[in-house]
Amino acid sequence: MPTDTQRLEVRKTYKLYIGGAFPRSESGRSYVVNNAKGKFLANASQASRKDARDAVVAARKAFGGWHERTAYNRGQVLYRIAEVMEGRHQQFSLEVSQSEGLSISKARAVVDASIDRWVWYAGWADKLAQVVGSSNPVAGPYFDFSLPEATGVVAVLAPQDSSLLGLTSVIAPAIVSGNTVVAVSSFERPLPAVTLGEVMATSDVPGGVVNLLTGSASEIGPWLASHDDVNAIDLCGITSDDEARDLEIAAAGNLKRVRRPAEEDWSADQGLSRLTQYLELKTVWHPIGV
Amino acid sequence: MTTLDSGVDSLADVTSSEDRLRRFLLGLPGVDQVGAEARAATLSTRSIKTTAKQYALDLAIQMIDLTTLEGQDTPGKVRALCAKAKRPDPADPTAPQVAAVCVYPDLVATAKRELQGTGINVASVATAFPSGRSSLAIKIQDTKDAVASGADEVDMVIDRGAFLSGRYAMVFDEIAAIREAAGDAHLKVILETGELVTYDNVRRASWLAMLAGADFIKTSTGKVSPAATLPVTLVMLEAVRDYHEATGLHIGVKPAGGIRTAKDAIKYLVTVNETAGPDWLDPELFRFGASSLLNDLLMQRTKLATGHYPGPDYFTLD
Repeated sequence: MPTDTQRLEVRKTYKLYIGGAFPRSESGRSYVVNNAKGKFLANASQASRKDARDAVVAARKAFGGWHERTAYNRGQVLYRIAEVMEGRHQQFSLEVSQSEGLSISKARAVVDASIDRWVWYAGWADKLAQVVGSSNPVAGPYFDFSLPEATGVVAVLAPQDSSLLGLTSVIAPAIVSGNTVVAVSSFERPLPAVTLGEVMATSDVPGGVVNLLTGSASEIGPWLASHDDVNAIDLCGITSDDEARDLEIAAAGNLKRVRRPAEEDWSADQGLSRLTQYLELKTVWHPIGV
Repeated sequence: MTTLDSGVDSLADVTSSEDRLRRFLLGLPGVDQVGAEARAATLSTRSIKTTAKQYALDLAIQMIDLTTLEGQDTPGKVRALCAKAKRPDPADPTAPQVAAVCVYPDLVATAKRELQGTGINVASVATAFPSGRSSLAIKIQDTKDAVASGADEVDMVIDRGAFLSGRYAMVFDEIAAIREAAGDAHLKVILETGELVTYDNVRRASWLAMLAGADFIKTSTGKVSPAATLPVTLVMLEAVRDYHEATGLHIGVKPAGGIRTAKDAIKYLVTVNETAGPDWLDPELFRFGASSLLNDLLMQRTKLATGHYPGPDYFTLD
C-alpha cells in the first residue's frame, strides 16, 4: 500500500438558491470567482433571466404563508438565522476575507456585525406596527387606525462591495415585515451569498422567502425591474447612474417601489428607512358607539 | 409501423364476437414502457422559440376545453368561465378563443346560453362522471339529458372495473350505446389512464374505444392521480395514428388534468406533431382539458408581445 497518498481536495460546486432548492443556472452557465488578489477561488453559477423568473414565482408562492405568520414568529425565524450563522462563523470569515481582501480578524468583525444585524432586525418584527402604525383621530364615530403590511415580492440587487454585511442589510429589512425576496448577489464576491443560502435552507426560513442568485445585476436587473409580479426593487448594487435611471423607468411599469442606489456605510446604524420602504399602510375605519 | 395483428383481415371482423374482440385486444403488441418514457422525455427537450413559440401558444389556447368540474360550481361561475372562453385576455383582443367549455350536465344550458353564436362548443361530462359506477340505463339517460340541454360534445367515462376484469365486450357495448344516445354530439371517451395501471392497458382501451365509435379518446377525468402524462398521451397518439393507417379515420386525443404550464402544453404539441403528425395539430383532433393552463399561456403570450414578464394579478381568476 502506498504510504504517501495525498488526499483529493473536495471541490465545491456553487449553485443558486431558489424556492428552497439549490439548482444550477437554467442557462448552464458558470463563471470564475477570484479572490481579492485575482487568484482563482471557485466557479459560481451565473444566473439568467429565467432563473430570475423562476425565483419570482417561488417568492410569490412563499409570500402568502410568510406574511400571514405572526410578527413574533417571523422575528424568531430571523433570530434563528443569526444562530445558524454563528455556527458557520469560521466559513463566513474565510469567505469574506478572501472575497473582500480583509485580514481574517477584520473579516471576523464583519461577520459579527452581520449576525448582530440579523438580531437587530429580528427584534423589529413585532415592534414595527407600534412605531410605524397609528391610531388616527377622526371627526366621526370611528376608531381609525393604520397598519403597516408587507408589499409583496422585493427584488434586491445587493451591494457589490460588501458581500455579507451589505447583503444582510438589504435582505433582512425586507423579509422581517413579511415580504419575500429575490436577491442578486455581488458579482465578484458571491461566495458569502451562497453560504447565506445554505444558512437559510437550514434555519426555519420557508423555501422561497429568500432566493439568492449569483450573477450580473446589470444582466438580471432589467428583467426584475420590468417584472409585473415584483412589487419593489432595491437598486443598491447598480453602480452606473444611467443604468439606475433605466431600471427606475422600467420599474415604473407597475408602479414598483424603488430604492435608488446611494452611498451607504454598512457598518453604521441602519435606521428604519429600508424597513419602511417595503411597507403598505392599511387604514381601517371601525364604527364605534353604535 | 402498425400495431395491427397480421391475422386480422378487417377491423369490422374483430368486433363481430366477444371472443374475437378479446383476441384482437390481447393480441396488440405490448408497449415498451422504458422506450415510451424515454421517447416522451426526448421530445420534451425540444426547444420551441420565437415565432414557433408564438404559433404554439395560440394553437394551445385554441385547443383548450376550459373546464370546471367541481361540486361547488354555480351558474355564476359557469358564466364567468364562458366570458373568459370568449375573450381570454381582455387586454388583448388578438388572443384567440378556446375550443370549448366543459361542465357538468346540469350546467350545460347555462353555458349554452352564454356561448350562443360564438362558435365555442359546450362539452358536458356524462355517464355518472367521474366514477362511472351506475347502471347503463342511467348512463344513457345522463347522456340524453346533456345532449337535450344543448351539449355539442359529450365526455363519457368507461367502466374501468369491467375493463380491468377483462369484460371488454361489456365496455364496448356501453360505449356503443352511449355513442347512439349522444346522437350528433361529439363523443369523447375517457379512459382514466391513472386507473388502468399499464401502458398495454392504455393501448387496448384506446383501440376498444375507437372501435366502439369514439370521436376522441381522453386520458383522464382529472379526479384521479396521476392524470394526463406525456408517455400515456404518446401511447394514445400512436393508437390513433395506427387506427388512421388501418381505416383512414381521424380520431382525436385529449389529455386532461395536470397540464398547468405553457411549457408542458408545448411539450404535448411537439409529441403530437412527432407521433400522430401535423394533421392532429388542430383543435378538431387535439384538445387540452384544463383550466389554469389558460392563464399561463396568456402570460407567456403577453411576455412575447411586451418583452417583459407579466404577473398573475393581471389575469382573471378561474
